[in-house]
Amino acid sequence: MVRRLLGYTVAIFVILLGWHITSLVIGSPALPTPIDTIPMLQRYAAQLAPDFLTSFYRVIVAMVIGTVIAMPLGLAIGRTPKLDAFLAPILYILYPIPKIVLLPVLLVLLGLADAPKIVLIAITIFFQVLVTVRDAAKAVPEQAVLSVRSLGASRLDIFKDVVVPASLPDLFTALRISSGTAVAILFFAEAIAGRTGLGYFIVDSWAMLNYPRMFAGIIVMAFLGVLLYEIFDFAERRLTRWRKVGQ
Amino acid sequence: MLNYENVSLTYPGTSTPVKALDRYSLTVAKGEPVALIGPSGCGKSTSLLLATGLLSPSEGEVLVDGKPVNKPRRETALILQDFGLLPWKTVFENAALGLCIRRFSKAERKTRVERALEQVGLSDFAKMYPGELSGGMRQRLALARTLALDVDVMLMDEPLSALDAMLREGLQDLLLTLWQQRGYTQVLVTHSIEEAVFLGRRIVVLSPRPGRVMTIIDNPKMGTFDYRGTEGFYRTCQLVRKALKAETSRSEGSSHGA
Ligand SMILES: Nc1ncnc2c1ncn2[C@@H]1O[C@H](COP(=O)(O)OP(=O)(O)O)[C@@H](O)[C@H]1O
Ligand SMILES: [Mg+2]
Repeated sequence: MVRRLLGYTVAIFVILLGWHITSLVIGSPALPTPIDTIPMLQRYAAQLAPDFLTSFYRVIVAMVIGTVIAMPLGLAIGRTPKLDAFLAPILYILYPIPKIVLLPVLLVLLGLADAPKIVLIAITIFFQVLVTVRDAAKAVPEQAVLSVRSLGASRLDIFKDVVVPASLPDLFTALRISSGTAVAILFFAEAIAGRTGLGYFIVDSWAMLNYPRMFAGIIVMAFLGVLLYEIFDFAERRLTRWRKVGQ
Repeated sequence: MLNYENVSLTYPGTSTPVKALDRYSLTVAKGEPVALIGPSGCGKSTSLLLATGLLSPSEGEVLVDGKPVNKPRRETALILQDFGLLPWKTVFENAALGLCIRRFSKAERKTRVERALEQVGLSDFAKMYPGELSGGMRQRLALARTLALDVDVMLMDEPLSALDAMLREGLQDLLLTLWQQRGYTQVLVTHSIEEAVFLGRRIVVLSPRPGRVMTIIDNPKMGTFDYRGTEGFYRTCQLVRKALKAETSRSEGSSHGA
């Protein structure tokens, strides 16, 4: 824990230094120095705090919904070759489509508030998790399955004792990686629709040509990304403690 | 009693069907320890899977106590080469797995697992994960998992082949002790002639694929720990070696002819 905090402290210092130097070299008002920006965090705290909470709520709810739907489906597809043969081509066609193209449709159908943003992120996470979990479930060592089946395990026992725990590490890797994508989509959706969330705060500052304010929003958005990453990392360490011991 | 009656098994395979066993017949008496040895790929593992009921024969029948096996039987245990341990479960949970699946009560699980871990010398490691154990300890854990159950047929697929020579003898002794204590019907698949002779009252030599029983060598003197050093042990090893050689040269002869 102490080492993690130390790591982040050093990282923040290096990033601020790099930012400061870049800003001095470029010398444009569009890239203010951290010294100009950081006081803005305090000045606009009254707006940033609720926007942060709104954005956090949207992204975390969306990721949970996407995962909860995709996980059982991915496990089932990965362990049922016939289902996989049927669904894999559908998945391969839909998977690479950037789900952001659905934003206009969702805005028309669901309005400008939380719903379209949550659904858009949930769809993206759904595909990431579905593909990852399916592959992980497929790759479960047959020996482990056989030896548990020889003990008389039912299909449900095998999912509970073998397939789910074997897939968890890959699930969490997918979640940590896609938390970046989720924040990017969130920014885009909030920038385009509605008047709430960090995405709106950032483009609103831009419209006002208030670049220090804009960068304050960017800092908070970066913090949101780190927070998500740490949440998944924490959950992973709690749920896959056995991996720490090294094979 | 374990009984294979003219069992053939053909795997569908990815391109062409693979016939793994061809009219395989073998009877293992109740409480008898048998060692199975034969060239790689001849169908040894397949024959064990058939005995557990995880596979069904294409032809013929596999019977345990006179009843055809068509699904896993509660009293039959299978130990695989990589031990089949679950890395996400602790030593205790791994040992308790069979009991959990059979819905034993928590208290019953605790007493049985503690006794089984004690028997294999793992009592002090109950809270660890398999990843923290040595190869020999993992093997003993796999044994504990079956010892916690009421097993009367014990099937082992090259259970010691992943271990180094020093550990193997110790574990062979443990296997002998456990068989003597429990008196289960035992089929041990092994690569090692010495292991087959140490642990098999009969040594069954299989032909190359498709596997058939070619020779059965009686080994009535097995069952003591100092058998290893004796003249009789050495002579039986020679007999098995010869039988295996005959198998190999026969198959080479036929493949040249084809
Ligand atoms: N699931 C399977 N599908 C197709 N062929 C298989 C399968 N399992 C085993 N075989 C083939 O059947 C033969 C016997 O396999 P196996 O019983 O594992 O042999 P052994 O244990 O004696 O080495 C081998 O040629 C192997 O390649
Ligand atoms: Mg084998």
